[in-house]
Amino acid sequence: MSLRIDQDHSRFKQIVRGKIKQNLKQYVQQGEMIGKKGKEFISIPVPFIDVPRFKFGSREQGGVGQGDGEEGQSLGQGQEQPGDGQGKAGENEGQHVLEVDVAIDELAQILGEELQLPNIEHRGSEKIVTTKIKYTGVHSIGPESLKHFKRTYREALKRQISMGTYNPDNPVIIPIREDRRYRTYKLQNLPQTNAVILYMMDVSGSMGDEQKEIVRIESFWLDTWLRHQYKGLESRYIIHDAVAREVDRDTFFHTRESGGTMISSAYKLCRDIIKADYPISSWNVYPFHFSDGDNWSADDTRGCIDLLKGDILANVNQFAYGQVESPYGSGQFIKDLREHLGGDERVALSEIADKDGIYGSIKDFLGKGR
Amino acid sequence: MPKSLTPRLMDLKIEIEGYARAFGLDFFETVFEVLSTDELNMVAAYGGFPTRYPHWRWGMEYEQLAKSSEYGLSKIYELVINNDPCFAYLLEANAEVDQKLVMAHVYGHNDFFKNNFSFKYTNRKMVDEMANHATRLRRWIDKKGVEKVEDFIDVCLSLENLIDQHAPHIKRNPDPARAKEQENVRAEGFKVDKDYMRPYVNPADFLAEQRKKLETEKHAQKKFPERPQRDVLAFLLEHAPLEDWEHDILNVVREEAYYFAPQGQTKIMNEGWASYWHSTIMTTRALRDHEIVDYADHHSGTMAMQQGKLNPYKVGIELFRDIEDRWNKGRYGKDWDECDDLRARRNWDKQLGHGRQKIFEVRKHYNDITFIDEFLTQEFAVEQKLFTYNFNDKKNQWEIASREFKKVKNKLLQQLTNFGQPVIDIIDANYENRGELLLAHKHEGVDLDPNYARHTLKNLASLWRRPVGIVTKVDGKGLLMRHDGQTMVEKKVDL
Repeated sequence: MSLRIDQDHSRFKQIVRGKIKQNLKQYVQQGEMIGKKGKEFISIPVPFIDVPRFKFGSREQGGVGQGDGEEGQSLGQGQEQPGDGQGKAGENEGQHVLEVDVAIDELAQILGEELQLPNIEHRGSEKIVTTKIKYTGVHSIGPESLKHFKRTYREALKRQISMGTYNPDNPVIIPIREDRRYRTYKLQNLPQTNAVILYMMDVSGSMGDEQKEIVRIESFWLDTWLRHQYKGLESRYIIHDAVAREVDRDTFFHTRESGGTMISSAYKLCRDIIKADYPISSWNVYPFHFSDGDNWSADDTRGCIDLLKGDILANVNQFAYGQVESPYGSGQFIKDLREHLGGDERVALSEIADKDGIYGSIKDFLGKGR
Repeated sequence: MPKSLTPRLMDLKIEIEGYARAFGLDFFETVFEVLSTDELNMVAAYGGFPTRYPHWRWGMEYEQLAKSSEYGLSKIYELVINNDPCFAYLLEANAEVDQKLVMAHVYGHNDFFKNNFSFKYTNRKMVDEMANHATRLRRWIDKKGVEKVEDFIDVCLSLENLIDQHAPHIKRNPDPARAKEQENVRAEGFKVDKDYMRPYVNPADFLAEQRKKLETEKHAQKKFPERPQRDVLAFLLEHAPLEDWEHDILNVVREEAYYFAPQGQTKIMNEGWASYWHSTIMTTRALRDHEIVDYADHHSGTMAMQQGKLNPYKVGIELFRDIEDRWNKGRYGKDWDECDDLRARRNWDKQLGHGRQKIFEVRKHYNDITFIDEFLTQEFAVEQKLFTYNFNDKKNQWEIASREFKKVKNKLLQQLTNFGQPVIDIIDANYENRGELLLAHKHEGVDLDPNYARHTLKNLASLWRRPVGIVTKVDGKGLLMRHDGQTMVEKKVDL
């Protein structure tokens, strides 16, 4: 049903996407709402336009709060004020905060609609088969471990009533051997698609907290989308500076190394992992590499391109490289890739200037439907 | 589309309204409408009104509300407009116990709107007025184009908070006839009946002094405006070189800002009062046995304290209850204040039973500032676990700063003063004799956000069509920020 406000709403969205009213673009900010996915909290982005007004610098102001805690206890990190105690003038709605699980599939659908992403064409799907156990019926013989208590009880009750041994005042039911019922199962062959994401990130000194935050947000959405497309998605994480190593998820997002950058080290490790664990015949492979585009030497860059051309590209669905803008990086690497591999449709390249750029970048990566 | 009440809801309305009236609440006629979630989000985005002028910011509000209800993060419980008749909305999908709670809450708000002094001068036909504003602005959009009108609204919004929130209640500029009379007294001295008294009533040196004062005041009058103007929007309407359509739009924005101002001034009281009444009506009259668990769940959800947030519902209802209790037991006045025997204080009960009567008085004559100032006691602050917080630069985090009563109260009052917005006056509209507009920020310990100030000045300059400036303090030193529409220059000044 269309509402009167739809026009205002679509106008707001157009401003946020920078399609109209460029003069307001500078005031667009990314807010967030916190949702819950299982036990994890997830952030739902809510953009808003902050019209400039005379106002107090928020950090100086502070405020009054309510609750337990010692003096000096933390109320939260960073920019956001924990709550300014006053609503916008004129609002009178009471809001009740609920904690509800957000279905991750739903998020992915919304993402897909929002970005108009094509569904991915799976490959090798027919070949890959898994066996799944499905309970299909009930039988009078079977192993004790599959005993169906409710049905057994019902049989016993039926028998006792028909035999006239059931006394409603003293309702004791005793199943005998013939009453027992067991679950039976069939083995089913299900075609399954397997996919793996290989995240690679440059953690050299030039990648700051802000750059990592961008990578973190972007990989959350990539993960969400691919998980929506493939059941049973695996993730592997590689970090590198001058050498590469495989790490767990937590380390991936929180490590800060320093020193030089040799991207080829990560690509070599990536190649080895694919070769060892993810044969192309049965896996959909998605390497994503994030860096600020500052490689050690032109030689190393050449090495990377050779690795991609020679080994990696033939064995993956798509190779994606995202370059996060950083005040320290030269940003040369993406230019080199574009020059040598720009025509290859298995390669997706994207430059991410800031948090606002994530939106466009996800589309660059996932828009090809590979 | 909005639906009127189902017969069942109509019965509930009659029932709840009866309870409200029996408790002595005095309200406008209330019209409930039933809306779907989407519609309710829309009306909430419009600030409670069914129609507003076209602008993206309603879309922005809607996006937030729609997203948070879509993900089940929050939902709107009640929405009520200060209008006669008073309009309120019910969510179609709510359970019956929720509808009752909302109705009871609405009668609380309605009574408050009708009786609290802050709302005395608000337009009670605002639903119609808002619709008229929408029509007027649509007409200008047809004539001038969407972009042009919308850009101008954006500029107005950036200045929307520069109003004089006390203006509806007092006369800032003196009556010219009275001023003339005063001037005569100054020039000729007080009126004298008997001539021989003249040297005693008006001695020569007194007259000389008065004339001298008059002279300097006349000199001051050459300044424009004569005295600082807090209502910047009104000043711009009168004196800025606006085209007719710009004038009309600015007028609309100003009028709506004044309409909403009292709600900002009474947020804690208003919500507290409404919550007090939904709680009283529900728990003593309207609640049925099977509804108790759901009611308790939803009531406590509304009253929940989030770490570091002040919930106006919670503070308001507790303060009203505290006042009622104190006036019931006679815990006020000189004897109570001077009693420092803890045991006597704890058992203090004069059995006066004035509590209900007192809170009805309070809801009539107070706003948030006077309410907090007069009734927030040390015991209350401790019981409600109030604290102040501030930002620790070293640790890059917000921290609980203090639980000391004086600090908490001062901070709270400071936050409420002028809606927690900086106090800004126009002090000169012909600055340096070049027709520049000069504002002054009354600095009370907290600096302006320089980045926001720069962009706001730019917007102001586009209205005034000449350079504008603001005098403020940064890090304790006087600073003049001047914007000519293109660039901003900062200059140190002595204050």
